[in-house]
Amino acid sequence: MKYICKIDGKQKIDVRNFNFYYGNKIALKDLNFCVKENTILALIGPSGSGKTTLARCFNRMHDLYANNRYEGEIFIDDTNILDPKIDLIELRDRVGMVFQKPTAFPMSIFENIAFGLKLKGIKNKTELKDRVEKALKDAALWDEVKDRLDKLATNLSGGQQQRLCIARAIAVDPEVLVFDESTASLDPISTSKIEDLMVELSKKLTIIAVTHNLQQAARVSEYTLFLMDGEVIEYDKTNIMFTNPKDKKTQDYIMGRFG
Amino acid sequence: MRKRKIKNYIGLSISTISAFIGLFFLFWIIVSLIEKGFHYINWSVFTQNAVSPGDEGGGLKFAIFGQLEVVGLASLLGIPTGILGGIYLSEYGKDSFLSNIIRNVSDAMTSIPSIIIGIFVYALVVVPMGGFSVIAGSIALALLMIPIVISSIDNILKLVPNELREAAYALGAPKYIVIFKVVAKEAIVGIVSVILLAISRILGETAPLLFTSFNSNFESYKLNKPIATLTVTMYDYAMGPYDSWHHLAWAAAIILTFSVLLFNIASRLFSYWRFSR
Amino acid sequence: MKKKFIIIDFFLKHISMFFAYFTLLVIAGLFLVLYINSKDAISHFGFFSFITSNVWSPAFDKFGGLIALVGTFLTTVISAIIAIPIALGIAIFLVEICPNFLKTPIGIAIELLAAIPSVIYGFWGLFYLGPLIEKYVQPLFNSTLAKLPVIGQYFYGYSSSVSLFTASVVLAIMIIPFTAALARDALKITPDLLKESAYALGATKWETISKVMFRYSKSAIIGAVLISLGRAIGETMAVTFVIGNQDSLPTSLMSATTTVTATIANEFTEASSHLYLSSMYLLALILFLLSFLLIIGSKMFFLRKTGN
Repeated sequence: MKYICKIDGKQKIDVRNFNFYYGNKIALKDLNFCVKENTILALIGPSGSGKTTLARCFNRMHDLYANNRYEGEIFIDDTNILDPKIDLIELRDRVGMVFQKPTAFPMSIFENIAFGLKLKGIKNKTELKDRVEKALKDAALWDEVKDRLDKLATNLSGGQQQRLCIARAIAVDPEVLVFDESTASLDPISTSKIEDLMVELSKKLTIIAVTHNLQQAARVSEYTLFLMDGEVIEYDKTNIMFTNPKDKKTQDYIMGRFG
Repeated sequence: MRKRKIKNYIGLSISTISAFIGLFFLFWIIVSLIEKGFHYINWSVFTQNAVSPGDEGGGLKFAIFGQLEVVGLASLLGIPTGILGGIYLSEYGKDSFLSNIIRNVSDAMTSIPSIIIGIFVYALVVVPMGGFSVIAGSIALALLMIPIVISSIDNILKLVPNELREAAYALGAPKYIVIFKVVAKEAIVGIVSVILLAISRILGETAPLLFTSFNSNFESYKLNKPIATLTVTMYDYAMGPYDSWHHLAWAAAIILTFSVLLFNIASRLFSYWRFSR
Repeated sequence: MKKKFIIIDFFLKHISMFFAYFTLLVIAGLFLVLYINSKDAISHFGFFSFITSNVWSPAFDKFGGLIALVGTFLTTVISAIIAIPIALGIAIFLVEICPNFLKTPIGIAIELLAAIPSVIYGFWGLFYLGPLIEKYVQPLFNSTLAKLPVIGQYFYGYSSSVSLFTASVVLAIMIIPFTAALARDALKITPDLLKESAYALGATKWETISKVMFRYSKSAIIGAVLISLGRAIGETMAVTFVIGNQDSLPTSLMSATTTVTATIANEFTEASSHLYLSSMYLLALILFLLSFLLIIGSKMFFLRKTGN
């Protein structure tokens, strides 16, 4: 597969000759593309196409399980994050993740946001307080929870919990934020709040958003990458891909012929 | 058709009747225990020690506190050990071949005759130490506890959704923080219920104490000396010839039954709370 | 900072690993300790002569395990004959017959009864059930079953408040709640859909229970029964109070005799000679192997699918 990099702007992530294996089974084949800084890239494709697998490579989530194997290189700025010597804890400071289901920890709202900050070694109470407040404001959750920061986070609604997870992820100032179908379990109103939030956040950080909701990809993303069976079928500006897809498969998928 | 209906009727009746026979026996035990033993419970049972054989009165103070000491020490040894072992199976070993062997073995260990554990500790602790002791009794009970705790903690931690672990890792948390701050916190109610259940299981154990903490007439709570426990005292008194001993044994039976039930019910309330939250 | 993470992670992993492997160590240690200590008895009497000899004589320093093994075998089998049908009855009742609002309270009551320590069952047998058996059951047996030709002698007895029979009944009462709870969980795994299809075909309730549910959960029920047998074999306190502790083979249901666990419980701390003690270690080794094989066997062959 040839290298695709037709972005107009500064490049943040560079994926080169990348393969991924679950045991002996190859899941991602020969990926070559780059990602523009401070924008939203949507990963789309039918289920089983490997879009979630790819998203989980950027913070090396696959390392949690035995027998997973990477081949090739993924650069974030100038660091090859697949380098075995890389410190995963540092990498995950740089690359945050928001999951499909809300994953509020069984602690207070404040402690949830402070979780990552404390790991970074921030102990100063006022600093913690300021950064928690800032993260909650950036995640558009502050007004809803400011009076009950010490209450259990698991009592919040699903949409609020998901925004809490976003706040928790941005509290540590990541450069890249990965959304793994993060609105799939939410109602339309919560979904649209989170979409607005993604657009707002993309002014300051690079977002990679896995979604099976094509309208969502069209609404929020600047670029779209279409994956099928672990291969990149098409990669282009979203408005171009959705109006004028070059590949027959992309056309079929966008027209809803398989899903 | 009629034959089938009759068969149905007979089968269901036999099941119901046997169920009621079983239930009857079981409630009979509780009722007769309370009926025959309750009036031997009085304040002096808790505040006095045995008087000379054959005299009325006296109490079980030493045995009660001895029991508390042995069970308490056993819990201190067994619970952290079992929790860590369970953490290993659920968080590190997962589905590896050896972990599954450990799972099966520790599961099987919960059904090993407890008297065998007593003999094992006798050979490994009592003989080298040169005598029966509190510590030997506690080790025996701890060995009974560990497999129970390991299996239950393993099962309880497995119920914690994996997304929660991943979310913590994604924030750059090291494994021990993920385990203690997130996984254990999510499972805390279940963990408490396991602890209570494990204590209720060893609280009534007698056989493993016969050759380890043994029994004693001299009130001493030293770790390297034999000690009286409620269960062994109850056994000795019941098998003894004096009515006054039998009365104390009834009192011991009541105290024991109700404290075991108390821990068991508390454990259930905790796990009920876990599921209804 | 990062170094601290690495160090704590390393220690947590290895300490918890040690405690997990510790269980394997204990099992291996158990076997070794029992084997080493029983070696003298094995070499002195020979394993097969030991298990077939009915001499248990501290005075002459001669020991054979037959009486205790027979006692253990008989109490286990008789208690199983009494307990298993009743326990299955309770399980069927709880799963299929009992009205819904009673299921939880009766289920919890059964589980609480399974939690009562065995020493309580033994104690109750000695002071409550034993005297009742002597007063009512034994005269009944003497005037009915004992009059039968040939097998009659096995029911005859006098002044037997503690006996093989009492011990088996106490043991049975003790394992009923335990077995019932296991069997109930085994029956519950039958999918509702399967039950509904049976009813839809016009099966009666009993036919659904006996032909569909029992067949579906057959292996789990056999596993539950084997685990209960393992419980009964190794039970000490429920038996020791009421078996009579007499070193002779039982001649009838109403005779006092002994079991492996009762012999060990009563004589272990009083063993006056090395060979005496070693013989008891050998009894313990046999008991350990029997119960361990029973449990592992039931887990491997019958309980695998249900994940218990």
